[in-house]
Amino acid sequence: MSDTLLFALEATLNGLTAGVMYALVALGFVLIFKASGIFNFAQGVMALFAALTLVGFQSGQVPFSHLINAIFGTKLHHFGWNMPTVLAIPATVLVMIALAILIERYILKHLVNQEPIILFMATIGLAYLLEGLGDVMWGAEVKALDVGLPKGMSGAVDDMTFAWFGYGFYIDRLELWAAGIAAVLVASLTVFSQYTKQGRALRAVADDHQAALSVGISLRFIWVLTWSIAGIVALVAGIMWGSKSGVQFSLSLIALKALPVLILGGFTSIPGAIIGGLIIGVGEKLFDFFMQPVIGGATENWFAYMLALVFLLFRPQGLFGEKIIERV
Amino acid sequence: MLYREAGDFKTNYVADSQTFPIKFDRYGYYFLLGFAFLVMPLIINDYWANSIVVPFLIYTIAALGLNILIGYCGQLSLGTGAFMAVGAYASYKLMTAFPELNIVFVVVFAGIVTAAVGVLFGLPSLRIKGFYLAVATLAAQFFLIWLFTRQPWFYNYSPTGMISAPQRELFGVAVTGPRASAVAMYMFCLCFLVSLAWLARNLTRGTLGRQWMAIRDMDIAAEIIGVNPLMAKLTAFAVSSFFVGIAGALLFTVYLGAAEAGEAFGIDKSFLVLFMVIIGGLGSIFGAFAGAAFLIIGPVLLKLLLVNTLGWPTDLAAHLEIMIIGALILGFLILEPHGIAALWRTIKEKLRLWPFPY
Repeated sequence: MSDTLLFALEATLNGLTAGVMYALVALGFVLIFKASGIFNFAQGVMALFAALTLVGFQSGQVPFSHLINAIFGTKLHHFGWNMPTVLAIPATVLVMIALAILIERYILKHLVNQEPIILFMATIGLAYLLEGLGDVMWGAEVKALDVGLPKGMSGAVDDMTFAWFGYGFYIDRLELWAAGIAAVLVASLTVFSQYTKQGRALRAVADDHQAALSVGISLRFIWVLTWSIAGIVALVAGIMWGSKSGVQFSLSLIALKALPVLILGGFTSIPGAIIGGLIIGVGEKLFDFFMQPVIGGATENWFAYMLALVFLLFRPQGLFGEKIIERV
Repeated sequence: MLYREAGDFKTNYVADSQTFPIKFDRYGYYFLLGFAFLVMPLIINDYWANSIVVPFLIYTIAALGLNILIGYCGQLSLGTGAFMAVGAYASYKLMTAFPELNIVFVVVFAGIVTAAVGVLFGLPSLRIKGFYLAVATLAAQFFLIWLFTRQPWFYNYSPTGMISAPQRELFGVAVTGPRASAVAMYMFCLCFLVSLAWLARNLTRGTLGRQWMAIRDMDIAAEIIGVNPLMAKLTAFAVSSFFVGIAGALLFTVYLGAAEAGEAFGIDKSFLVLFMVIIGGLGSIFGAFAGAAFLIIGPVLLKLLLVNTLGWPTDLAAHLEIMIIGALILGFLILEPHGIAALWRTIKEKLRLWPFPY
């Protein structure tokens, strides 16, 4: 096999694993959009917030230490203990659930029946609030996140591909793990929404708010539930991206990576989010690979959007979205 | 009593169709204009000009433009930052390619170039709607910023990748470059703002504005009663981008002086202008002014309070500031989703009866 083809193949594989990472973020968007029709721009910041909280718990940081120090002139920074990861992750999950309850009680409840654009703006406001809150609570410096996931080149893939093609592919073990975790996540979400009572209620709300209300489903509880699940998905995405590139502000920008995935797959489809992620991941890696000599690098910033735009021109509701029916 | 429409009789069509048909509004407007043109130049100093007044004037132009697109035509756009960058880079290329060209024409041409780019990126709006369109406009944001930071032709192959505005004069007074005085910068921006706000007000009252609003309220119904959606949407994109492009050109030439696309015109600028439009009030010219004032003055006041008064460290203050801005936006949306403009309407209702409640 020629070298170019091999390189392209490697880029494709890397694109697939990167696509899974995008899909992880996009999943959170889809969950909330389906259940409440809210386009939750804060999903990326939620991932950042979850990762910051996790690191904070792990290293035993004192929350709001900067603020407390500024007000009282103290010198607090750490409690002096380290929480093991098995405890820190459930603790963070609890924080995300508490956050969901607060968001429902203080924001969403008051914005029922507002236009979608107002709700969208509210989530942007929420994104700012959470970003500031995360920084004030845990400090803004770059933190390393280690939850014991393997990192670095995967030896097995390298050996295998070397035996086949005489050229070892470089694939990050973390991204292989991410693919596995994403699969587990999607499977458990599917099982949850198909076979449990709450899951069925969730789907009912997604289908029709008023009909769900009329059969006695509590809308507010379902919203808390969705935002909690979205928070947990955000935590998973935060762990994955945080392990890969450190926990810092740029983590929240992964939301911008997930948006094209979302419109490509359709706002309302979970399989759409996964397949959209894979298409975008592969597409941008290959485009960068073939076009870099011609137009220069860093194309992945915009390529995903352009690709999504081209897809949209042919299918305005995304690949798997519900068909938009308009009446006067 | 204080504010009333009653008793304000018109005896000819010209009087009836003037920009501000109500006397109270008209006098308020004359008073504000007089204050802005006659009093402000006397009392303005460098600090006020640089931290509040000039950014306010420039962002109001951008908010007016975005309000036309979102508030009047209903097309959600998140690419404002990039369109401002188009205005800035167009003005830079014009200023360096034609050094003799008057700065007013430079800014206006920059607006026209941006309008053309806006129409180009507005084309998908004919097929894509709502949030799908919003995300599609992000394509413009990221693609254009990439173009301006990676393709050296746009920044004249300067080694830093920055563009900087050379000095230009108007009537012998420097308005751009490092030697421009606060008053010159202020007056230059103010003239643009007043003429553009007048344009926006009259465009939105006329045929074009009514077509935009019909498209916003229900595009299919509008099409059936004979509004051409192609023309309406593309003109909205063109006019909006023209405004935003002028704002970008002014921001770069007059206010910043030197800029780098990713830094100065990133996606946070798009959101900033969007917030101005939403907080000010969708579909209201006054709202653009109010929203810009709120979001320009708010952070300055917060910073004064936290850093200068309480003496907290600047990084903590910056984080708290983001948090408070987010909370303010949320609070505003919950209390008054239709923005400051709706608040003003309520005040007018009350003033009509005051001080006699019946």
